[in-house]
Amino acid sequence: MNQDKLETFTLDGQPIPFSAGQTIIQAAMAAGVYIPHLCFHPEFKPHGSCKLCTVKVNGRQTASCTYFAQANLVVESNITELNDERRALLQMLFVEGNHFCPSCEKSGDCQLQATAYELKMMSPHFDHFFPDRPVDATHPDYLLDFNRCILCSLCVRASRDVDGKAVFALSGRGINSHLIVNAESGNLVDTDFSSTDKAAHICPVGVILKKRVGFAVPIGQRRFDAQPISAQPLSKEDV
Amino acid sequence: MSELDKFAPSPLTPLPQVGEGNEVKKLKVATTSLAGCFGCHMSFLDIDERLLELVKLVEFDRSPLTDIKHCGPCDIGIIEGGLCNAENVHVLREFRANCKILIALGACAVNGGLPAQRNHLSLATILEEVYHAQHGLVDGFIPNDPELPLPLDRVHPIHEVVKVDYFIPGCPPSGDAIWKVLTDLLAGREPELGHGLIHYD
Ligand code: SF4
Ligand code: SF4
Ligand code: FES
Repeated sequence: MNQDKLETFTLDGQPIPFSAGQTIIQAAMAAGVYIPHLCFHPEFKPHGSCKLCTVKVNGRQTASCTYFAQANLVVESNITELNDERRALLQMLFVEGNHFCPSCEKSGDCQLQATAYELKMMSPHFDHFFPDRPVDATHPDYLLDFNRCILCSLCVRASRDVDGKAVFALSGRGINSHLIVNAESGNLVDTDFSSTDKAAHICPVGVILKKRVGFAVPIGQRRFDAQPISAQPLSKEDV
Repeated sequence: MSELDKFAPSPLTPLPQVGEGNEVKKLKVATTSLAGCFGCHMSFLDIDERLLELVKLVEFDRSPLTDIKHCGPCDIGIIEGGLCNAENVHVLREFRANCKILIALGACAVNGGLPAQRNHLSLATILEEVYHAQHGLVDGFIPNDPELPLPLDRVHPIHEVVKVDYFIPGCPPSGDAIWKVLTDLLAGREPELGHGLIHYD
């Protein structure tokens, strides 16, 4: 890539080249710079809902996964003000669901957890909701543990846009938002979901889990045990 | 300047080095396990021979290590476990009233942990299941001795009841993580757990 031909913006003072149509987070990732994010995934259209990727563009806050890069923008990301707000968002996600990491199959591979480590979330800070969200274990190969859903919609997008199905959807509004599956019974077994679906492998947290492979890799030897999330941008690992 | 020195000083004044003829007032530390499994205390003992280093700098007040039953004025209080019954709340308040710095140690103190996984069930259902309905129970009854602390309807992390100054997550936190926070505090530094030491599992 001939960087001289590319225009740049600055991210925390560092010039970041971009090509037309790239969002700020895409350009940053391509340059190997980490911006915290949860609902963004390089293979999918942005959803812009989690707000973890919020940066300041010329002094104003905006989601970097939905904002197109433009020449000479001044973008701030790794600053105390934004990291404090990101940590508060994470804390709200943790207390809204039931996140008992020690008994979660995703622990160590989980983006929510790894992002919380990155942002030094030492406590949940808020009072816990402890919601009642029954697990759906009806499907022979997969289970859904809704207790950990962060409503990122990646499974919705994967099922709709890649698998050509519509197994998942977000339903309800505000605090009542929740993930549903496309079956009259409400059970995964009654959908056309299959283990070869993209949607079966996209969940960044421990909701959509393959059965009978639990703890194949011991806790302590998993992806984010090796290196923090900021040192292994999603684009390199997952694309 | 070491990596650690860049953090702001904590409310504790740094302890002078222990040396010949240098009488140092030891800091008082109290510890307790509420709705926990003592795993965090076991992990605390995992600091191994560094315990000998530690007891040069601190003395223990109320703790399972000393068997002292009530907490006097202390510099640091360490709480393992969340709150699942009324006695847990009394003990926690005793610690908060007496300790300048209160530390939540481990997943259960931080977010309720495993005991809090009963929170989506009603207490009555649980007591019924455990003492009446479960297979193999004949003439079971729900214990009601006045000596027994009353269970809370839900298990709570300790920060929902008192102000907590520092948190060491983990199930259990590693001996190294505990050592890092304690030595940071003893040296007057703001505790900081880097990659590998901050863990929720
Ligand atoms: S989904 Fe992630 S944050 Fe939630 S319990 Fe599992 S490992 Fe922890
Ligand atoms: S199940 Fe997973 S992928 Fe789907 S919305 Fe919830 S967190 Fe996102
Ligand atoms: S990653 Fe941009 S809003 Fe979620």
